[in-house]
Amino acid sequence: MDAIHVENLTKTYKGKVKALQGVSFNVKQGEIFGLLGPNGAGKSTTVRILSTLSQADGGRATVAGHDVTSDAAGVRRSIGYVAQATGVDRWATGRENLTLQAQMLRVPTSTIRARVGEMLDWVNLNEAADKLVNTYSGGMKRRLEIAMGLVHQPKVLFLDEPTTGLDPETRRALWRDLERLRAERDVTVLLTTHYLEEADALCDRLSIVDHGRVVIEGTPSALKADIAGDTVTIDIGDAGVRAGEILGGVNGVLEVISAGALVTVRVRDGATAVPLVAAALGQAHIAVHTMTLGRASLDDVYLKYTGHHYDAGTATATGSKR
Amino acid sequence: MILFFADVWHLWLRHMRATIRLPIWIAVTLIQPVIWLTLFGQLFRRVVELPGFETTTYIQFLTPGVLIMTAMFGGAWSGMGLIDDLHHNVVDRMLATPVHRAAVIAARVLHAAFTVVVQSFIVLALALALGAGWPSVGGTIGVLVAAALVTAGFSAMSTGVALLARREETMIAVINFFGLPLAFLSATFMSAQLMPQWMQSVSKANPVNWAVSAARHAVLGTDTSAVWINSALLLVFTLVMVMFATASFRVYRRST
Repeated sequence: MDAIHVENLTKTYKGKVKALQGVSFNVKQGEIFGLLGPNGAGKSTTVRILSTLSQADGGRATVAGHDVTSDAAGVRRSIGYVAQATGVDRWATGRENLTLQAQMLRVPTSTIRARVGEMLDWVNLNEAADKLVNTYSGGMKRRLEIAMGLVHQPKVLFLDEPTTGLDPETRRALWRDLERLRAERDVTVLLTTHYLEEADALCDRLSIVDHGRVVIEGTPSALKADIAGDTVTIDIGDAGVRAGEILGGVNGVLEVISAGALVTVRVRDGATAVPLVAAALGQAHIAVHTMTLGRASLDDVYLKYTGHHYDAGTATATGSKR
Repeated sequence: MILFFADVWHLWLRHMRATIRLPIWIAVTLIQPVIWLTLFGQLFRRVVELPGFETTTYIQFLTPGVLIMTAMFGGAWSGMGLIDDLHHNVVDRMLATPVHRAAVIAARVLHAAFTVVVQSFIVLALALALGAGWPSVGGTIGVLVAAALVTAGFSAMSTGVALLARREETMIAVINFFGLPLAFLSATFMSAQLMPQWMQSVSKANPVNWAVSAARHAVLGTDTSAVWINSALLLVFTLVMVMFATASFRVYRRST
């Protein structure tokens, strides 16, 4: 049975913002599944519905076999939820935070002390366990939150943008923690992120979400393999559309996608195609600012299925307006 | 049901720990009653010479009023902590667990009431020093019950407003808008008999006035039925406000 089963979820917020327009996916027991997309794509809304914090307008979903609408209590007992930003009590110690969380999650009273100690150990917060969380660094807070999400040994753990707002070094450390989580604990993880490289590095499978819809689902490598050949990215200023027409006719070119000043050309073989592409542009008197050749990345997958480049920054700006 | 009380207890302990670690807040909220008692008590010292006051000194009259006003504000401000929790995702983290929703509200309300009981002892001690005397044992219990009930009612109301507004600015505006008028539209500072007719009418529907009447009659020990009736009214007010806060929780869940 799937650990998470999501079928055609829809949700419209007040003010007619369509957050979800039919999201469906399945997560198998024990895998790390990613929801990748810019802010405002509907990732957090999906996680909030699956963790019973919000209600969908339509569709259905089960988590660890419990229906999120008719058996919310069952869902809450089975999940750990680590939200965006912090969810810790700053005026309590790490140990107090974990203890209260264990009590709320119905961990048997007799085992709470030992379990809390074990979790503090696991996230390496033993020394700071009895200090106020207010004195913790961002990385320590995040590790405490993950411990709080795991203290009752849940079947499913939701991590909503766990690395947002962390510095690169702390982010790397958290990646290692998640790798350890996968290796040492039998828990299904649903992770949302707007970092392509994070989804690529951590997830067994992922869905790309855009404007409240799942655009494509698969393993990171399968999604990349799906994009045949190499990718030539050309910056040609404002001549984008004209360049598209010209390049479409070049021998060895499979597909041309123009998005603003950047033209992405998928070619059968990079080494033979680059000179031909350059020559065709030269003949048409189109000045090339830069031209790069690369293997297909998740960004190319994103571009292929959404029609625009992945840019979490711009996405944030439009996302908050919507 | 056992789980509900366990939840309330665990969450109450969390609030108590935070208060004990920042006891400055109890001191800060005591500045106001100190000012009221010393300045107002001095300024209007001779007002008891007018007919209609049940006490011989104004400080005796003023003490239960100021105590209840402190309690009312203590309850009214308690929603601020919830807004802080909302902004730091603490509430969402709790709501994703099987914890009882009503326990989240009850723990906060009980914490506010408990803190006010502690403050009330300090206000009574201060009044003793200013010459108001100390009420009898029964009177003390009556005053504390009235203070605890009015705190619980306003704390539940504040919790509900916090869940609906979710902004500190709105809370501050609401409390500043209603707080002092509610105190002045009651017998906090002035004997009811000396109030204009329309004020007397309004004060009959004012929970702060119920609490002041209950507390003052408890201290005087002359009219115990007034203590019981007003306490019963306060209990109804508190229960209605708890229902309002619980309903606000449902609205909060629907709107996010």
